[in-house]
Amino acid sequence: MPEYPNRQFLNFEQPIKDLYEQIEQTKKLADKNAKVDYTQTIIQLQDSIVEKRREITENLTPWQRVQLSRHPDRPYTLKYINKMCTNFIELHGDRNVKDDKAMVGGFAQLAGETVMFIGQQKGVNTKMRQLRNFGMANPEGYRKALRLMRLAEKFNKPVITLIDTPGAFPGMEAEERGQGEAIARNIYEMIRLKVPVICVIIGEGASGGALGIGVGDKVLMLENSWYTVISPENCSSILWRSWDMKETAAEQLKLTSDNMFEFGLVDGVVPEPIGGAHWNYDEAALILKNYLVPIIKELKQIDPAERVKQRIEKFSKMGFWEELPE
Amino acid sequence: MKQEEDFESNLTGDKEKQEEAKQRWFRRIKKGILTSTSEKKETPEGLWTKCPECNYISTSADLRENLYVCQKCNHHHRIGSLEYYDIIFDNADYEELFDNIRSKDFLGFTDLKPYGKRLQDIWEKTDLTDSMRVAVGDVGGNTIVIACMDFEFIGGSLGSVMGEKFSRAVDFCIEHKYPYMVISKSGGARMMESAFSLMQLAKTSGKLSQLTDAGLPYISMLTDPTFGGISASFGMLGDLNIAEPGALIGFAGPRVIKETIKKDLPPGFQRSEFLLEHGFLDFIVDRKELKQKIAQLIVLFQG
Repeated sequence: MPEYPNRQFLNFEQPIKDLYEQIEQTKKLADKNAKVDYTQTIIQLQDSIVEKRREITENLTPWQRVQLSRHPDRPYTLKYINKMCTNFIELHGDRNVKDDKAMVGGFAQLAGETVMFIGQQKGVNTKMRQLRNFGMANPEGYRKALRLMRLAEKFNKPVITLIDTPGAFPGMEAEERGQGEAIARNIYEMIRLKVPVICVIIGEGASGGALGIGVGDKVLMLENSWYTVISPENCSSILWRSWDMKETAAEQLKLTSDNMFEFGLVDGVVPEPIGGAHWNYDEAALILKNYLVPIIKELKQIDPAERVKQRIEKFSKMGFWEELPE
Repeated sequence: MKQEEDFESNLTGDKEKQEEAKQRWFRRIKKGILTSTSEKKETPEGLWTKCPECNYISTSADLRENLYVCQKCNHHHRIGSLEYYDIIFDNADYEELFDNIRSKDFLGFTDLKPYGKRLQDIWEKTDLTDSMRVAVGDVGGNTIVIACMDFEFIGGSLGSVMGEKFSRAVDFCIEHKYPYMVISKSGGARMMESAFSLMQLAKTSGKLSQLTDAGLPYISMLTDPTFGGISASFGMLGDLNIAEPGALIGFAGPRVIKETIKKDLPPGFQRSEFLLEHGFLDFIVDRKELKQKIAQLIVLFQG
């Protein structure tokens, strides 16, 4: 986790940056002026940073929450796996075309139990972001995910997916290799998978690219993640015919974790450390782990056929319509 | 090569845009003529139709006679669910199912116009209740359930109503042991229903899973255009995936791909023939052979 001054701040996080700067200045003063004790001032300032973090995240607009989900310091899939688990072994390739670096996965032990983890992975710097294709998987990424899910099913291990994608990659080769088919196949197979499946949106949950690894017995969202049918930017460009309405689109789409939970489209919201997951990776991972472990235990007690039936029924209920008298 | 159509604009549900998309052969240039085309007695609307592909002009009656396929270049004109039902079902005889389900603006979604108002406007202008119809009838003497999309209704977009009709159609098939066919024609998910529309991908796939367990065949036919949420769910999940010639089919739209890769797309990209070549279709079917092919398939699955 980067520490100040390597930390990055979003526009609305500027007041926090100001407080860090004040601490720096106070420390400089303390160096110059050994006679005065600045310890108390620094402690007060550090406390007010935490307070400011709380204050800022309490009043976020939907668009600001989208920005927070894309925070450059935010932890990504592999970070969560490494912090939550022991014995993680990453597995590669779809056995068909190649290894998609935007989709990662492998077996690991969570609280002593073997689990298959699968998730989109974003890069932590410019070079890695390109390597990871900004978390936008190609068909082979979805097919790799499916291969790993089948592997988990074969050995009767639960599947946990960590979702963080601005969408499936819209490229020429992706189309040639059947991006639509790959996502469709995953959705279809996931809803029939005989082992427990838990999905967590840890950052961005955009459209089919997210749902392609997002059909589970329980679907959770981290507090500052978002999940909907299209990114606010693309929604703005299509419905408003302009790129400038992304804030409005984010509001209209009702894409926050609170909204999604209220609609019954996700099963729970996982709190993040004060100010967002990027302030404390250990804490963020620990909170998530404490949510996942009892859910796995609970799901394992259900008969596999019954679990699949309940999963299909859960998604079958989603939607709103009116029925006119015949 | 004709200019690429921006089919995504149909997802906005704006009538004016849709009129554009139909590519009228006649455009009123002078202002001040107030008589609407439909009221003009001497030139009934749609007497002539120009092929958007080769510009061949035929009478609408001839075109209809030819199943809305251009006599000159075999371009398959876009048609709605009722036209498909007339073409496919024996004696154009069928029963429509679940036509009492309508969309509702649950989220209070407003873009340039409130979603509720948009729906109201389309209901007034058309006899469609939503972007998909479901019907049951005989083809070659055997009963089949066919769900078919109407592009005219907000670009054939996938929303809660399509998901629910699809779902009930599958239940109906399982109950009566009928094969199921879906004719897709859609720009993608209905953005005005936000995540609810996304969840229809999972909902419909779950129902197909039940159809599989019941051992009933599912034929997915893709027509021009089929994109986004449809191709990322039931559109590509057919026991057989078939398509009409020249149909534009894909996950991401050509505009988005072009913007991403910053290159022009090769001719024929994302057309049916391209999908067949890359292994995603079982075959391409000419509209004139459609009915006979479906009848043949039902027999093969039964025998």
